[in-house]
Amino acid sequence: MRSIFSAATQEAARLNRLDTYFIVAALAVLLLVTYLVVYTSLKFRDKGNGIEPKQESTNLRLEMLMIGGPTVLVVGFFFLTITTTSAILPPAGTTTPVVLITGHQWWWEFRYPGTNVQTANEVHLPVGQRLLVVGTSADVVHDWWVPSFGLKMDLIPGLRNHVWVTIKKPGIYEGACSEFCGQQHAWMRIRVVAQMPADYARWLQAAARPAVAAPSDSLARVGGALFAHYACSSCHQVRGTLAAGQQGPDLTHFGSRSTMLAGLLPNTPQNVTRWLTDPQAVKPGAHMPRFIFGRDSIQALTAYLTQLK
Amino acid sequence: MAAQPVLVPEPAEALPDLDLGGDQGLLQWISSVDHKQIGIMYLWVALLFMLIGGVEVLLMRVQLAVPKNTFMGPEIYNQLFTMHGTTMIFFVAMPAIFGFATYLVPLMIGANEMAFPRLNALSLWITFFGGLLLYFSFLAGGAPDAGWFNYAPLNQYNYSFRPGIDYYCAGLLLAGIGTVSAACNFVVTILRYRVPGMGLKQLPVFVWMMLIDSFLIIFSFPALNAALAMLLLDRQLHAHFFDVQAGGSALLWQHLFWLFGHPEVYIVILPSFGILSEVFAVFSRKPIFGYSFIVGSGIAIGLLAFGVWIHHMLAVGLGNVVNGFFSASSMLIGIPTGIKIFNWLATMHGGSLRFSTAMKFAVAFLVEFTIGGLSGIAFAIVPIDLQLTDTYFVVAHIHYVFIGGTLFGLLAGLFYWFPKMSGRQLSERLGSWFFWLFVIGFNGTFLVQHVLGTLGMPRRVYTYPDLPGWGTLNMISTIGGFLMGAATLLLVYMVIKAIRSGPAATSDPWDAFTLEWSTASPPPLQNFDRVVPVRSARPFRDLKRPGDADWLKPGKKEGYHEREQSVD
Ligand code: HEM
Ligand SMILES: [Cu+2]
Repeated sequence: MRSIFSAATQEAARLNRLDTYFIVAALAVLLLVTYLVVYTSLKFRDKGNGIEPKQESTNLRLEMLMIGGPTVLVVGFFFLTITTTSAILPPAGTTTPVVLITGHQWWWEFRYPGTNVQTANEVHLPVGQRLLVVGTSADVVHDWWVPSFGLKMDLIPGLRNHVWVTIKKPGIYEGACSEFCGQQHAWMRIRVVAQMPADYARWLQAAARPAVAAPSDSLARVGGALFAHYACSSCHQVRGTLAAGQQGPDLTHFGSRSTMLAGLLPNTPQNVTRWLTDPQAVKPGAHMPRFIFGRDSIQALTAYLTQLK
Repeated sequence: MAAQPVLVPEPAEALPDLDLGGDQGLLQWISSVDHKQIGIMYLWVALLFMLIGGVEVLLMRVQLAVPKNTFMGPEIYNQLFTMHGTTMIFFVAMPAIFGFATYLVPLMIGANEMAFPRLNALSLWITFFGGLLLYFSFLAGGAPDAGWFNYAPLNQYNYSFRPGIDYYCAGLLLAGIGTVSAACNFVVTILRYRVPGMGLKQLPVFVWMMLIDSFLIIFSFPALNAALAMLLLDRQLHAHFFDVQAGGSALLWQHLFWLFGHPEVYIVILPSFGILSEVFAVFSRKPIFGYSFIVGSGIAIGLLAFGVWIHHMLAVGLGNVVNGFFSASSMLIGIPTGIKIFNWLATMHGGSLRFSTAMKFAVAFLVEFTIGGLSGIAFAIVPIDLQLTDTYFVVAHIHYVFIGGTLFGLLAGLFYWFPKMSGRQLSERLGSWFFWLFVIGFNGTFLVQHVLGTLGMPRRVYTYPDLPGWGTLNMISTIGGFLMGAATLLLVYMVIKAIRSGPAATSDPWDAFTLEWSTASPPPLQNFDRVVPVRSARPFRDLKRPGDADWLKPGKKEGYHEREQSVD
């Protein structure tokens, strides 16, 4: 089970130490209070003998203990807070981010500074390096959160925010938008593909390639023409073609992604067809209009999109 | 000095010329300026909205019972969770608190009325109509759906073009005006209309907490009201306070909202602290332990409440220094809160505990609220907050504080004061059933949500993927929710049955300490002809046990000094 306790980054591992201390301390306090509650409740039950209990109403030594105990805990945890935070969240300074995340209603845009690579919803990152990840928003407030990476960051229009990650092992890590951002906040899930540096470099190179301009398959070729002809191209970009829209997700290598619509569905031809037939039935509220296509056109578009590897 | 009756202070102004003694049915209620009737109407308003807010949340829990459920779509779900939160905070918790306070504050300080009786009625009705206006949005094109916190820029017209958010602004503004005016009324009543002999050190703890609470309201609600007015200007007249595209600030809304919103969570907990202090003392048959520490920690919480709002915004990237400062101030609140918990335990210690339903809720509160308090400290620790904020862990936390804290306190108060208000006794047997059903349902619903949060389930989602454990935990939560729903229906049944045919209550069924129990149950229109003399914080007990009266032990205990009396 993936949780905040399965630390996948060095930052999360450091943070989990703090988590452990806190859980121990909190459970100790809770047990103490519960014990005192149960003990006093049982011991001082009304005996029904009508004897008035001693009317004791204060005790300065006891009060000092009540203040002192929590104070010690608070000071201790404040110290741990400061040291942990400054260790795992130092300022971004002049470091170039590995990826710039932009939250959209309701999908993720990823740009890799220094390259022309742009992708959507699934982000690739190399393991073993301390990476700066910077984020902002194109519309409302979103939040970037992968539980096993430790920290989350709000993505706020007009502002830039950052987290640091040093991923320990290759693998797929899931997360979700964590700040309510409107109708489809639920389907704004995150998929991080962490790769060995060599694999990552290979992926980055492939991702920088433009899409196949003229698909070999004739159906896909028809689809490509439709895509350019219809409004698709005004919102979506397919690098290497005339389609250069920026409203919707980049679709240059759409076929090589495993999921679509920010984690809502696996990326299969059937699901692409469903989506094109009626976007609002698949993801109500999504900002993609419904086009009245014939079945043939939808099939051609599906063929085109799925071969965009 | 022998026990000598003292005269009761009265508002200088005569009440409107209404024959409140005669029975005019409903008209008598809606035209009433009597604080007891207004208090009871506040409580009915709270109950009504609690049922509505409860139905909303049960529908939400049905939707979340299994992964990828299609019971309802996002449009409805988002309206429901927005309305549920808004309703519970503004139209359940606040009216319930004001209900108890409006009914009890004059009685507990030996007064016959609130300072401004007609303002009191206005506060009630304006709150109620604020709620109606909010709910009218359902008929007017859709309820608000951007959350009770209603963040900018999602609350802007171009992202939320339906009128729900306009109703949110108007309804909450209206209710907010009622809230502030009620708070002013409490401050004046408490400071000016106490019976002679009752100094601030003799105030019942509940009245103290209401005094602090009222100041919190007076200083925090204006921030909300200003934000609401600004948002309404943005939406209706194209101002750009929160519109990022036009140079406004999205964060400005968050600052204003939480500048109100954080004190608000103390506004709804402090009265419960007050109620519990009365209940613990009476049902332990001891004075409240550490009176001045309980009151002092209440004041400390009130002051600190205004210095912690950023802890709702630790993830927005204000930087480590700012976050560190607010982390410290937030953790500090743990200290006065801890003091209270231990003082209540000390009150029970050595007492003679009677486990009536009121006391059961009070004792359960100690454990449930500790859970909520500790998870609150977790959120004050910046990196833990950056892991868990906006997940189901927060949902668990706020409900342990709101239900395990505020609501348990209010329920203790309901069982404690019901005989006074109605002249009838609630069934202790059904009360016990209600208690266990509610406690089990409550923990069943929310305990597992701590785990859901750590598993990565964000809050405010209308559905979720089928990940390991998520479905099971959500199903448990839904079942717990329905247990709480059943318990609530049982409560309504109990209350109605008791009002109709419950056994008559005596004026002092619990052998209590404070002035409200020295008059009849229910009290006559004019609360007191004469009030027992006040020389300690437990005047009614002094009267009943003259040989063992608190004021006979001068200098021995803080809070129980004999005060110089002007008995004339
Ligand atoms: C027929 C032409 C179009 C095709 C074939 C097409 C295809 C797609 C596909 C395959 C996706 C899923 C992307 C992913 O999972 O990463 C998508 C999502 C999206 N499209 Fe289009 N699209 C078209 C037209 C448009 C237009 C005109 C707009 C802008 C008004 C638009 C806006 C969007 C948006 C905002 C999303 C993200 C939806 C969400 O996940 O909430 N699309 N589109
Ligand atoms: Cu989002």
